[in-house]
Amino acid sequence: MSGGSSERAVVLELKDVDVFYGDFQALFNVSFRVEEGMTFAFIGANGGGKSTLLRTIAGLQRPASGQVLFRGEPVDALAAHKRVGLGIALVPEGRRVFPSLTVYENLIIGAYGGRKGDWNIESVAELFPLLKPLMKRQASSLSGGEQQALAIGRALMSNPELLLLDEVSLGLAPVVIKRIYEAMVQLVGSGHTILVVEQDVGHVLTVADRVACFLEGRISLEGKPGDLTSEAITAAYFGM
Amino acid sequence: MTWANVVIQGILLGGLYALFATGLALVFGVMRMVNLAHGDLGILAAFVALFIVQSLGLPLGWATALTIAIMFLVGYALQRGLLNFTLGTDDTRPIVVTFGLSIIIQNALIMKFSADSQGLDAGRIENISIKVSEQLSVGWFPLIVFVIAIAVIAALEVFLARARLGRAFRATSDDREAAELMGINNRHIYSLAMAIALAIVAVAGILLAVRTTFDPTQGSFRLIYAFEAVIMGGMGSMWGTLAGGIILGVAQTVGTQAFGAGWGLVVGHLVFLTVLAVRPSGFLAKTVTA
Repeated sequence: MSGGSSERAVVLELKDVDVFYGDFQALFNVSFRVEEGMTFAFIGANGGGKSTLLRTIAGLQRPASGQVLFRGEPVDALAAHKRVGLGIALVPEGRRVFPSLTVYENLIIGAYGGRKGDWNIESVAELFPLLKPLMKRQASSLSGGEQQALAIGRALMSNPELLLLDEVSLGLAPVVIKRIYEAMVQLVGSGHTILVVEQDVGHVLTVADRVACFLEGRISLEGKPGDLTSEAITAAYFGM
Repeated sequence: MTWANVVIQGILLGGLYALFATGLALVFGVMRMVNLAHGDLGILAAFVALFIVQSLGLPLGWATALTIAIMFLVGYALQRGLLNFTLGTDDTRPIVVTFGLSIIIQNALIMKFSADSQGLDAGRIENISIKVSEQLSVGWFPLIVFVIAIAVIAALEVFLARARLGRAFRATSDDREAAELMGINNRHIYSLAMAIALAIVAVAGILLAVRTTFDPTQGSFRLIYAFEAVIMGGMGSMWGTLAGGIILGVAQTVGTQAFGAGWGLVVGHLVFLTVLAVRPSGFLAKTVTA
């Protein structure tokens, strides 16, 4: 299932990954590669296994079989907090900012993993200027768009190599979605590798270098956005 | 005793109750775990101090410092080696395990020290007081206990608000899984929270042992008072816990003064039940909203 040129280093590779919730199998034999500086998009209907995939890569879910390799090294045995130290950061679905902490504290806690890099409070505020005047506000008092910007900024504070974005546009106003997608382009331009899970196919295809469609826990289609017809995407999305 | 004296004694007693309850509130706040062995661990600390004083011949000050350090380590090991494995989707598991732990501690203490009442001697400080008027005097020792309670709670509040680790405690309390995504090791955080809780309850246990006699079965009563203080003050609020302890202490001393010996505890429980009925979330609850 791997694709793309072999010139760029492989940041992430999944080999035949199966994931279960109890008796329920959420992922079936999932394999793919993500190269450095790439935006890899996963699309698909609800319950297709996209979020489970990101949780597995972040270390919140353990595969029953198969391998997750980061920079060529298996990370399956590592807990989520240790993967942050390696440079894997997940912006979870629903933002999940810390409601009782201020915006500033949320960002500071994002750097808890201690990875060194260029991201700090100032650079995050530069990427999302809307956060600047909100630093002393409690995160619970922010709007959905502000919380999403905070959640992405918080993840960046860990100075990740690989940024996992789970449904970042869900429930947000179009103007906020536009800003978040602009930020994604900026992040890739500055050397980050992004894995983004989205239901909003139209938006994500504008930024993705590669796209895979998830259907019932399996990759039903994979390729470059320009190579895939809308009919093929629709068929893979809905299983027709 | 004048009513003013009764109220002041109750407030000072409330400081000790709050000190017992602070660790319970911290553990519940950080990991949403109810530790039914909390009172017994405080009594265990008193016996550890007694053992150090009697067997090693160390003065009470050194014994206290050593006991606090021991209980800190016991707390970390207990959480890391046992209680972390009880946390998860089933909230009854830590309750059952800590209930079992409570029974084990009580019986181990009875086997080692017998069921007889014991006491720790702090010397002259126990018997001297400040005479405010002919009918009103305040004991130095209860006053010191109250000041220690305020100092411990203030220090804990500053730690939670300002320290890097304190922020990690609060983040873990808000969302355990999201905290892990920040690079926070929840198991370590929980173990540190329990270690701090047991260090604080060690102070409370030793102060109780100086103030009055104690025996291996007293942990259960201390746990009930601690629960009442935490719930009246509001879950998750350290200053609320102090307020809850003071309300309980005043209710007990006023009850004793008004209705006679033995009624103090009954009035304390009735006040708790009234607060629970009127304001179930307590006075200063810190509600967490997503």
